[in-house]
Amino acid sequence: MDLDSVYRAEYGRCVATLTRLLGDIGLAEEAVQDAFAVAVGKWAGAPPANPGAWIVTTARNRAIDRLRRESTREARHAQALLLHQPAEPEEAGPVRDDQLRMIFTCCHPALSPLAQTALTLRLLGGLEVPEIARAYLVPEATISQRIVRAKKKIRDAGIPYRVPEAAELPDRLGPVLTVLYLVFNEGYTATSGELLRTDLCAEAVRLARALAELMPGEPEVIGLLALLLLTEARRPARVGPAGELVVLAEQDRSRWNRELIAEGHELVRWCLRRDQPGPYQLQAAINAVHTDGRATDWAQVLALYDQLLRHTPNPIVVLNRAVAVAEVHGPALALATIEELDLPGYHLLPATRADLLTRLGRTAAAVTAYDEAIGLATNDTERAFLESRRANLVPGN
Amino acid sequence: MKQYLLAVQFDESVPETEEETRAQMARTGRVTEEIRAAGAWVFTGGLQPSHATTVVRPANGTTTMTDGPFAETKEQLGGFWVIRCEDLDQALAWADKCALACGRPIEVRPFHDGAED
Repeated sequence: MDLDSVYRAEYGRCVATLTRLLGDIGLAEEAVQDAFAVAVGKWAGAPPANPGAWIVTTARNRAIDRLRRESTREARHAQALLLHQPAEPEEAGPVRDDQLRMIFTCCHPALSPLAQTALTLRLLGGLEVPEIARAYLVPEATISQRIVRAKKKIRDAGIPYRVPEAAELPDRLGPVLTVLYLVFNEGYTATSGELLRTDLCAEAVRLARALAELMPGEPEVIGLLALLLLTEARRPARVGPAGELVVLAEQDRSRWNRELIAEGHELVRWCLRRDQPGPYQLQAAINAVHTDGRATDWAQVLALYDQLLRHTPNPIVVLNRAVAVAEVHGPALALATIEELDLPGYHLLPATRADLLTRLGRTAAAVTAYDEAIGLATNDTERAFLESRRANLVPGN
Repeated sequence: MKQYLLAVQFDESVPETEEETRAQMARTGRVTEEIRAAGAWVFTGGLQPSHATTVVRPANGTTTMTDGPFAETKEQLGGFWVIRCEDLDQALAWADKCALACGRPIEVRPFHDGAED
C-alpha cells in the first residue's frame, strides 16, 4: 500500500481521533499532516502493519511537542489532556465513534450547507480543497474560506464534538444524511467534466456504511445506505464504451453489481419490516424495484413515487414521478403533471419534457425543450447525450 | 463553561397590542426562571425601543452625537439573555425556548473566551 492510498483511507479516521484527544479540529489536522510528513521519510515504501495506528501515535507525539513549544493556557490545557490519554487510541470501537462524532460536528445545523459538505469531504474524505472546489464549481478560495470559517465557528461558538442524543437525532441526522447523499450524487453525476467521480461515490458509500454500523436501528440511515448501494450497483452499466451516458432502459443489466444489489435488497426488506417509511427508504425501494428481475415493474415504482410525494412534496419528486407516470399512463398525462413545475436552471426538467414531447410526436416542441436542456447542462457527458437525442429528432442536423 | 448572548431581534415596524406585550413578558419571564433554576442564568435585559437610542461616534479626537440607532434596519435589538453553557447545543436549546416564548428570532452569539468563567 502506497502513502497516497494510506492517506485516503486513514486521514479522516486519524483527524477524528486526534480531534477527540485535542479538542480542536485545527490542531488535530496539523498534527496528522505532521505525522504524514514524518511517514514520507520513515516508511520508505514499506508502511507499518497498522498505518492508521502509527499515524495516530506519531501525530499525538507531534501534537505534544507542538503544545510544549506554545505557552497559552489553552495549549497547556490541551497538553494535559493529551498526556493523560491512554497510549493506544486505535481500538476499533472508539475510532469509529470518533468518525461519527466528526460527521455530526461537520454537519451541525449551525453551519451553512456548503460548509457542512466541504468540511465533511475535507475532514472525513481527506479530499483536498482544489478537488472540493472542482466538485462544486466554485473558486478554491471560496472553499478554503468556508472551511476555515467553519472550523473557527466550531471552536469559537462551542459546537460540541459529539453524537447527539436520541431525542435530538431527528433534527441533527437530517443534514448528515443530506451531506452523504450530496457527496454521492456529485460522484454519480459530476457537476462538470467527466460523468462520474468514482472516488466520491466510494467515499459516500464508505461513510454511509460507517453511519449504518453505528446507528443500526435508524430506518432512514439504512434507507440511505440501501439507496446508495443500489445506485452504485448500476454504475458500471451507466457509461458506454465511448464514455457516453446509457439510460436505465438501455443498460446492460448483466453489468450491474449483483452483490451490491443483493445487499441493497436485504436492507430494503429490513426497512419494510420496520414500516417507518421516510424519503431515503422510499427512494431505496424505488431503486430496489428497478434492480429486481429483468424489467422494471413501473406500476410499483409509481405507487412508491406517490408515497414519496406525500412524504416530501417537492418539484424534483414530481419530475421523477413523471417518468413513472409516462410508463404507466402514457406521456400525455406525464407531461400534464410537470407543466406547472418551476425549477430554474435545472436541466432535467426541459430534458424530461423533451423526452415526453418526443414520445407524443411533437417534434418541434421537443427540439425547443432539448435546446433549453442543452443550454443548462453543465456535465459534458450529459450534454452530449442530450445533443444526440436532439440530432435523432432532426434529420441532417 | 462558555457564555452566550441570546439577542432578541425585534421588528419595530410590526405593531403589538399591550395585551400581546404582557403575554409575551409573562412567557419570557417563565423561561428566565427556568434558566435561573438550571444555573445557566447570567443576566437578562429588556430594551426600550430604538427611538430612545443615541449613537456617540468618535471623530478626530472628539465625538459627535446622533439621534436613533446605529443600524438603520427594521429589526433592532429588543432584549437579551446572557447565559452560561457547556456548548452551543445547550445554548441553542435555551434559544429555542426563548424564541418560542417571545415569538421573535433569537441571535445566538458566543462571548469571546476572555469572558469565560
